[in-house]
This record gives sequence, structure tokens and C-alpha cells, in this order.
Amino acid sequence: MIAVLQDPVRRRLYEYVAAQGREVGRNEAAEAAGVARTLAAHHLDRLTEAGLLESGSRRLTGRSGPGAGRPAKVYTRARVERSVSLPARDYRTAAELLAEVAEQAGLDAGLCAAARRRGEALRGSGAPCGGLEEAMEVLAARGYEPHLEGGLGGSGGPGGPGGSGVAEGAAGAVGASGPGGEAAATAQEGVPVVRMRNCPFHAVAERFPPLVCGMNLALLEGLLGVDGPVRARMDARPGECCVVVEASKSNAD
Amino acid sequence: MTPPAHAAHLAQLNVARLRHPLDDPRIAPFVELLDPVNAAADGSPGFVWRLVEDGAADATALRPAGEDVIVNLSVWENQEALWDFAYRSGHLEAMRRRREWFERHVEAHLVLWWIPAGHVPTVAEAMDRLADLRAHGPSPRAFTFASSYTVAEAAGHPEAMAPNAG
Repeated sequence: MIAVLQDPVRRRLYEYVAAQGREVGRNEAAEAAGVARTLAAHHLDRLTEAGLLESGSRRLTGRSGPGAGRPAKVYTRARVERSVSLPARDYRTAAELLAEVAEQAGLDAGLCAAARRRGEALRGSGAPCGGLEEAMEVLAARGYEPHLEGGLGGSGGPGGPGGSGVAEGAAGAVGASGPGGEAAATAQEGVPVVRMRNCPFHAVAERFPPLVCGMNLALLEGLLGVDGPVRARMDARPGECCVVVEASKSNAD
Repeated sequence: MTPPAHAAHLAQLNVARLRHPLDDPRIAPFVELLDPVNAAADGSPGFVWRLVEDGAADATALRPAGEDVIVNLSVWENQEALWDFAYRSGHLEAMRRRREWFERHVEAHLVLWWIPAGHVPTVAEAMDRLADLRAHGPSPRAFTFASSYTVAEAAGHPEAMAPNAG
């Protein structure tokens, strides 16, 4: 499976599809990876065979009936979790057992304090995170797969051009909304927030949601700071990380 | 015969022992969350029904399980709908802070069971299911998220969905 991702084109395609969080057609993926459609199709199918992507067919144009054309093949990241550890390690069982005991003993406060300290240690420098753009970089580096929502007149991700990195495209979007973002902060709909497609603690979070999601929030509070220009808060939705990052209200003036 | 899935709904009861009275300032953040979170429940996909006291917006004044124990009794179309509301909505924030407001439970505090669609569970029935879970562990009659049973599994046990069984 690691070998499947060794090919740089294949890896770009995988990363692009994974970052979109929706079905991606062959044309779009080829464009994003900067390769021909047939080459992209070949690699996308290899990735599907390896179980890293899932494929289906969909009429991408939204038309139906005669004239709508043949359904196109679309790809999404496979939901199944893969991990590679050499030599074999089993941190997941350890995490589940520790979480089970922490849950039973009601150790939420202690766990959150430890998570906040860890976040602060990971941040290293004393300064809190400087803005949403920087937050997206920090979150991407930790595997959260951040994407920007709101503040652009629509929540759907633009299917437009872009490199393989979601951070690049979305960071540009932050710049586009610019300092005017603060004026929009009063309107609920227009407020740009960073949401995250991936929960790095998914397996344990599913089993002990309040405990582990609380831990995750505390970790991010430590990582981004609680008195700086951005703040993390809980805003759970199905299928995503439970935390969002937004501009601090106190920072608007 | 396995009944079609839409013929059954999932009932849930959870109990929570307050650390302070509901009008105590230390519980105020929880009380503030009641209306918005209940409204979110009412508007959630798959929500069917929840217990409210006559003339009130919620069931917090009903204390069938003890003077300082509040109860939450509701019905959902399926387990996924309830899970998404409980842990993937604004309700999660209330869950995250539960230790500030509620005592830690030694015994099971949440029970799930299947009911025929259209049946409105009574508090007595719900307490009976919780007692069943506490006494006998998870079964098709009374289970939890971590030890759940499908409608089909429950249908194999005629007593599992009978409102007055046990």
C-alpha cells in the first residue's frame, strides 16, 4: 500500500481527491494533478484497486434524461483507516483502554489540562496563532485536513483550479476575504470558519465522544492559544472534526 | 418475520445526577443550553419525540429517578440519528462539560431499546429498561451505543419490544 503511493503523480491525485471531501471526476483530478485524463484515470483506478479510493458513477452535470450523457466515474477517499507500523505497534488498543478507564473514572478535567499543555508545548513559541491562514497551516501539518467555510458567499468548495494542497487554495481564499472578514463577523452566515475534515483521533473519539472530543478541543486551544487572534470552539457536525477555528470576537477592534 | 425497519423506533433514556440544584449559578451554563439544544433535537433528522413536562419546555422538573436526578427520554427513527444528535451537534458541547454539572455515574446512565413505531414510551417503562440494563447487562431489551442491537436482532426476541415486558 505504501508502494502504491510512491508514484508522485498518483500521490498528487490521491491527495487532491482526499482534500476535496466530495466526489471528484477524472477530468477535475487530471487538471489538478497537471496530467492527461487517461493517465489520471489509470492512476485513480490503481488507487481504487488498492482500496485507498472508492469509485462510483455519477452524472456530474446535474442533467438527467436523454442528452444527459453517460455517467462519469467519480472518486472519493476510502473511509477505511490504514496505518503502517514497523515493527508492529498497537497504540490504538492502548488508547482505547486508557480512554475507557478515564471515562469511567471521570478524568475529563485532568485529560484536558494535559492536552492543553501538550498543545502549548507543540506550539513552542510563546505567541498564539496569528490568524486563520496560519491556523490552517498548523492544522494541516497535524493531519486535520482544514478547509475554509463561509465568508466567500457560499459554503461549497469551489471545484476550480488549484494545486494538490488544500491549504494553499484555502489560504488564498482567506487572503481574498482580507481584513474585511471582521466586518462580516457580525453576520452569522458570512463568518469565515476553518472546519476540519479529518479527526486524527477518530477511532477513540467514536467510542468516547465527550471525553476525546473535549481532549481534542483542549489540545487545539493549547496549539493555537486562547487569547490570540483566533479561537477554537466546539461545533460538531456529522462526518467532520468537532472543532472549528474562527477569528476571536475580542480581536475585532 | 422481521418487521421493516420503519416499523420500529429507538427509544433512549438517560439520567444525570445534578451536582447542584438547577437554580444554582454553577448550573446556569447548563440551563442556558437547554432551550437551544432541545430545539436542535426537535429539528434533527430522525427525531420523533421527547418527554416534556405538561406546560413546560423540557422534562428537567420531572424527577422520577430521584430528587436530584434529571431525566431525558426521547424517541428516534434509528440509532444513527440519535448518535449524530448526541455527539455531532451542539449537544456535544453540553456533553463535554458534563463533569461540571453532573456527578460521575457508577452504574449505567443511558439505555436504548426498540419500540414499535407510534408507541410513546412511559417514564415507568424507561426506568424499567434502565433497571434491566443495570441488572443483566446489555441485551436486545436494553442496550447502549457500545453494545447495540439492530431492529432485526431485537425482533428475534419477542420480549425486546414489548412495552410491558419484564
